Amino acid sequence: MAKPRDVLIDPLFNNNPIALQVLGICSALAVTTQMDTAFVMSAAVIFVTMSSSFFVSALRNLIPTNIRIIVQLTIIASLVIVVDQILQAYLFEISKQLSVFVGLIITNCIIMGRAEAYAMQNPPTMSIVDGFGNGLGYGAILMATAFVRELFGSGSVFGATVFPLAAEGGWYTPNGLMVLPPGAFFIIGFLIWALRVWKPNQVEDD
Amino acid sequence: MQGSVLYNLGFAAVVCVVCAIVVSSAAVSLRDRQQVNRTLDMQRNVLVTAGFATPDERPTPEEIATRFADFRQVVIELETGNETDIDPTSFNPRLAEADPDWSRPAPSNNAGLTRVVTHTLVYEVRDDDGALDLVVLPVHGLGLWGMLYGFIALDADLETIRGLTYYEHKETPGLGGEVDNPRWKSLWNGRKAFGPDGEPAISVARGLAGPPDEDPFRVDGLAGATMTSRGVTNMMRFWLAGHGFGAYLDRLRRGDG
Repeated sequence: MAKPRDVLIDPLFNNNPIALQVLGICSALAVTTQMDTAFVMSAAVIFVTMSSSFFVSALRNLIPTNIRIIVQLTIIASLVIVVDQILQAYLFEISKQLSVFVGLIITNCIIMGRAEAYAMQNPPTMSIVDGFGNGLGYGAILMATAFVRELFGSGSVFGATVFPLAAEGGWYTPNGLMVLPPGAFFIIGFLIWALRVWKPNQVEDD
Repeated sequence: MQGSVLYNLGFAAVVCVVCAIVVSSAAVSLRDRQQVNRTLDMQRNVLVTAGFATPDERPTPEEIATRFADFRQVVIELETGNETDIDPTSFNPRLAEADPDWSRPAPSNNAGLTRVVTHTLVYEVRDDDGALDLVVLPVHGLGLWGMLYGFIALDADLETIRGLTYYEHKETPGLGGEVDNPRWKSLWNGRKAFGPDGEPAISVARGLAGPPDEDPFRVDGLAGATMTSRGVTNMMRFWLAGHGFGAYLDRLRRGDG
């Protein structure tokens, strides 16, 4: 039985869902132009992975094997809709910016991956920890990417100006690539590279 | 027991019912709040367009309500330009466009519109004597990736532009997405929407335009966004002319109502 600490910390660096498993890339490209949207997206994914892992794990001995995927998906979809409704009611501005990507959390492979690979075999409390750790691993990559993209693409961090833009009388000419989706591809690629230099055992065999 | 068809069906049914209850109670209990948010957001866009709020400002709901009290919302019939007695708070132009009872196939246009509403919602500001101070008109049209939705505010002379705002678009961030850049939007202020012949003349230039008094009919182009710039020009051409707000603006020019 793995220790809770390992279950929590492992997905951050050793078994990061984005960097090692290369899951959830789609939303990581879409919502990382600004740090505040990336933050809310990370929080939403953390909440959904935690609660979906909890419910799937609590029901794991009752869920019939041959319909387990669709049951997991129903639980995940319901949670995501609830999160979307709450964002629209309480964080309207950010929910407008996240637009369809909140709904697309349903299709984020990380969440279903954790439900199927972990929550179906482990007790609820550990599943929550596992969901939290994986959500955090996703969030860490998202925030790192968003930091680089917002800083070099818009000259700011969390909307606060760091590099005054040339267009507004400062000196910094923003890098247009950073605000486009390919910019995120490069940054995530570099992050994966850096992580694998640090931890060579993550390098895949040829 | 577990694994039998009956168990599977029963389990699926229970999961579905429980999830349906959770989802629908969240939707129903939060609906009013979401509606309030949407209304406030629209009102804030109108205020920003008319210059009653700055784009960076995040006014509280009370401040929005106070400032919005000066605005008169009217549902007009586009063909005649006349006011109707349709309740403006329950009228949604976006829904009307998809409703065959409230829209018709669009006449040939370059703005990417396939249907045009028969009625729409406009915002008027009048002084105490009822004289028009400004009017805010909704506009939309196709850019590069999708529809751009915005408002344009015209001064009492119904010619000078007081402001422009796009509140929803799908253009590329940093390129066409600059349509919602406050600096670019402020370039519209003081320019003339109509040429000497009374036809819509305002357009987005290729490259830079001069200051409003020298170059009144052109606005700086958006760098790297020819299609978006063209879309903005085309939607102005459509909405400010005959099939759009032409009749309504004519009626205001004649000074009645």
